Amino acid sequence: MQDTAGYKIIIPQHIFNDMLAHCKAGYPNEACGILAGRNGEVSKIYRMANIENSPVTYMLDSREQFKVMKDMRDNNLSMLAIFHSHPSSAAYPSAKDVSLAFYEECVYIIVSLMEKEPVVKGFSIREGNIEEITLTVK
Amino acid sequence: MAVKVRIPTPLQRLTQGKEEVEGKAGTVIELINDLEAKYPGIAERISEGGKVRRFVNVYVNEEDIRFLQAEQTPVKDGDEVSIVPAIAGGK
Repeated sequence: MQDTAGYKIIIPQHIFNDMLAHCKAGYPNEACGILAGRNGEVSKIYRMANIENSPVTYMLDSREQFKVMKDMRDNNLSMLAIFHSHPSSAAYPSAKDVSLAFYEECVYIIVSLMEKEPVVKGFSIREGNIEEITLTVK
Repeated sequence: MAVKVRIPTPLQRLTQGKEEVEGKAGTVIELINDLEAKYPGIAERISEGGKVRRFVNVYVNEEDIRFLQAEQTPVKDGDEVSIVPAIAGGK
């Protein structure tokens, strides 16, 4: 089983910076990726392609996703968070984000790039219920 | 030997928490129907009207079945089938 760390998540500063850089590099399209680690502590970022190439929607490439899932298994890592950017809207899950949130044990991180400074928030999305999760960056 | 099926976390509540289960050789859609007999409710989470749902990826060994013969992709004993919900969303 994957470990579920009760939605606490700690992100090292350099990985947090990498995540922001990936989202900015994808602008004006949405960018996406996966944060993996153990016991709620992130140790690896997977910067993924958005095959939709769209400013309003994202989807991981299925082959790339499969490789990452295998890499996590081989390294005994759990998928702790799924991140994506909202280039022109707030850091809050959209109706589409909620309807496609299949990985309830993960934190869904949204990076809003609508203001000058990025706004990053984490959420648990379970059966349509959205709850904000504190992201600890250190 | 049977077909090894890797179940994603969101569906493990239907397989009594098992990450891996066994299924019968045949085609992908036959395998899904075989799983349904053992784990009721699982087929409709993976497929609809005989087609794999848009936001579910199914792999035979390491290849996405969309690049093979989709639901008619053959699976044989010893193959590993992975069911992986897509990761997607939007603003």
